[in-house]
Amino acid sequence: MTIKLAVPSKGRLMDKTFEWFAARGVGLRRTGSAREYAGAVEGAPGVELVLLSAGEIPRELAAGRVHLGVTGSDLVREKLARWDSRIEALSGLGFGRADLVLAVPAAWVDVNILDDLDAVAAQFRANHGFRLRIATKYHRLVRDFLRAHGVADYQLVDSQGATEGTVKNETAEAIADITSTGETLGANHLKVLDDGLIHSSQATLFALPEARLSAGQAEIRRALLARLGL
Amino acid sequence: MPARAAIREKAAALQALFQAAGAQVIEADILQPAETLLDLYGEDIRARAFVTHDPLAGERMLRPDFTVPVVQMHMQNGAEPARYTYSGVVFRQQEDGAGRASEYIQVGYEVFDRTDPPAADAEVFSLIFQALEGYRLRAATGDMGILMAAVRGLDTSDRRKAALLRHIWRPARFRALLDRYSGKLPVPESRARLLAEADPMARATPLIGLRRADEIAERIAALRADAHEPPIGAGETELLDRILGLAAKAPAALAALQEIARDMPSLSGSVATLAARLEALDGRGIDVEALDFEASYGRSSMEYYDGFVFGFYAEDRPDLPPVATGGRYDALTRVLGQGRSIPAVGGVIRPALLMECAP
Repeated sequence: MTIKLAVPSKGRLMDKTFEWFAARGVGLRRTGSAREYAGAVEGAPGVELVLLSAGEIPRELAAGRVHLGVTGSDLVREKLARWDSRIEALSGLGFGRADLVLAVPAAWVDVNILDDLDAVAAQFRANHGFRLRIATKYHRLVRDFLRAHGVADYQLVDSQGATEGTVKNETAEAIADITSTGETLGANHLKVLDDGLIHSSQATLFALPEARLSAGQAEIRRALLARLGL
Repeated sequence: MPARAAIREKAAALQALFQAAGAQVIEADILQPAETLLDLYGEDIRARAFVTHDPLAGERMLRPDFTVPVVQMHMQNGAEPARYTYSGVVFRQQEDGAGRASEYIQVGYEVFDRTDPPAADAEVFSLIFQALEGYRLRAATGDMGILMAAVRGLDTSDRRKAALLRHIWRPARFRALLDRYSGKLPVPESRARLLAEADPMARATPLIGLRRADEIAERIAALRADAHEPPIGAGETELLDRILGLAAKAPAALAALQEIARDMPSLSGSVATLAARLEALDGRGIDVEALDFEASYGRSSMEYYDGFVFGFYAEDRPDLPPVATGGRYDALTRVLGQGRSIPAVGGVIRPALLMECAP
């Protein structure tokens, strides 16, 4: 009888996650060679460590193939429809912070708030014959945000990388992307709308609801959470 | 959920009624070009329809309704006047309504006829009313044309009217705009700063992207003009609020609107249309005295109805979506007609829902 804890498989996010658990008396570490994605757990009997890409952890949690997982709160909201009815957010871990923001060319001096963006979207469509393009990889988050704020006449174009460059390259008029300092935005002559914060993300410990675990698994989970002080 | 064969049988019976009323049977492709629907409904349709991909033709959508393909077909090669009926499956994502069907049969009846729009409204409503006879349903009706006429008649700039009309189907945004234009909400701080600047265009550099400097300058000029626009008066916003809040039996609603039209003459045309429709409904045997009318009905549903709107709801099953819906969509024919347009009205019944209702 075990439960599986999924942790991002590499980089700062993995290191910081290991530190967070270590500070609470649970040792997580990779085993084998540096290239092998295997892990071990100390101080939490019955918990198995699974190393996964951060982007796949939401899906694996929702499917019930892992029982706890650390990943960005932005990824969970983007990848899982109605995420809060399917899994639980147990605790923000205080690192991996980044904001998903809506940004437009800094030269658009007439656009500072969503209300301006909406008016400009109507103007742009009338003048150019197509809907104002917003480049992003966060389609669900951006669409839900713009719908909630009543912005119309835009379209989302998919951008999986170098999103800040799309406006200069004329493949988009605005962008929605993750930023931690805003430096890349500034260097690309973009500015964030005053009310353009879509989601403030951080690494978060998520879990399947206890009702989806067997009695034995629920017991292991309770012991782990007690150890973590949650 | 009733069995598929039984639903098909019910759909066929409903379609036979529509055929008997003179409708020609038509079909539509299940795979529709996504671009047309996206341009019409905006990006939100992605959350409501199923998008799929053709390796050569690009993005396609599983038809979320028949209205768009039917209008396209009619605008391309339809004779006038025309009456159509169709029966087939439509597909809707149900992210927020767990347990609701994501594919279901719609049986529809659409009228393209410019001779007497109120009579055509009454024809569609009464035909669907008859088709639903024997079930315990409540009819809701409204008229988007009344609110639109009220906005068009406001004593304010064309720009403000256009902005309000553009958001007439987004009640929250509409309200925010109205509060701003009537002075209830202050000018946003960043806009006040911009308006105070002598030469904001000096900061508009380096300009990247497709939006040009003249477009930015044009909008700043429009914002400056708008800042000098007097607020929409309390008298007018109060009349708008009376319209928005109006819910009564049809004759009382008509009387209330006729009274409002005395202070708001721009309403008189659409109120006369409502009166003519009620008379036509009465002529077709509908009990107009018992008919519910809400001036806001249809504002937050589909974005193309711009006149008469209606829906039929199961009395004792408030959990079910409407069993039948419909309305007038003249503007849609203009958007899809490439310069041509024709008054059009129609409605659909969902046989599977009907069969779940108590007779």
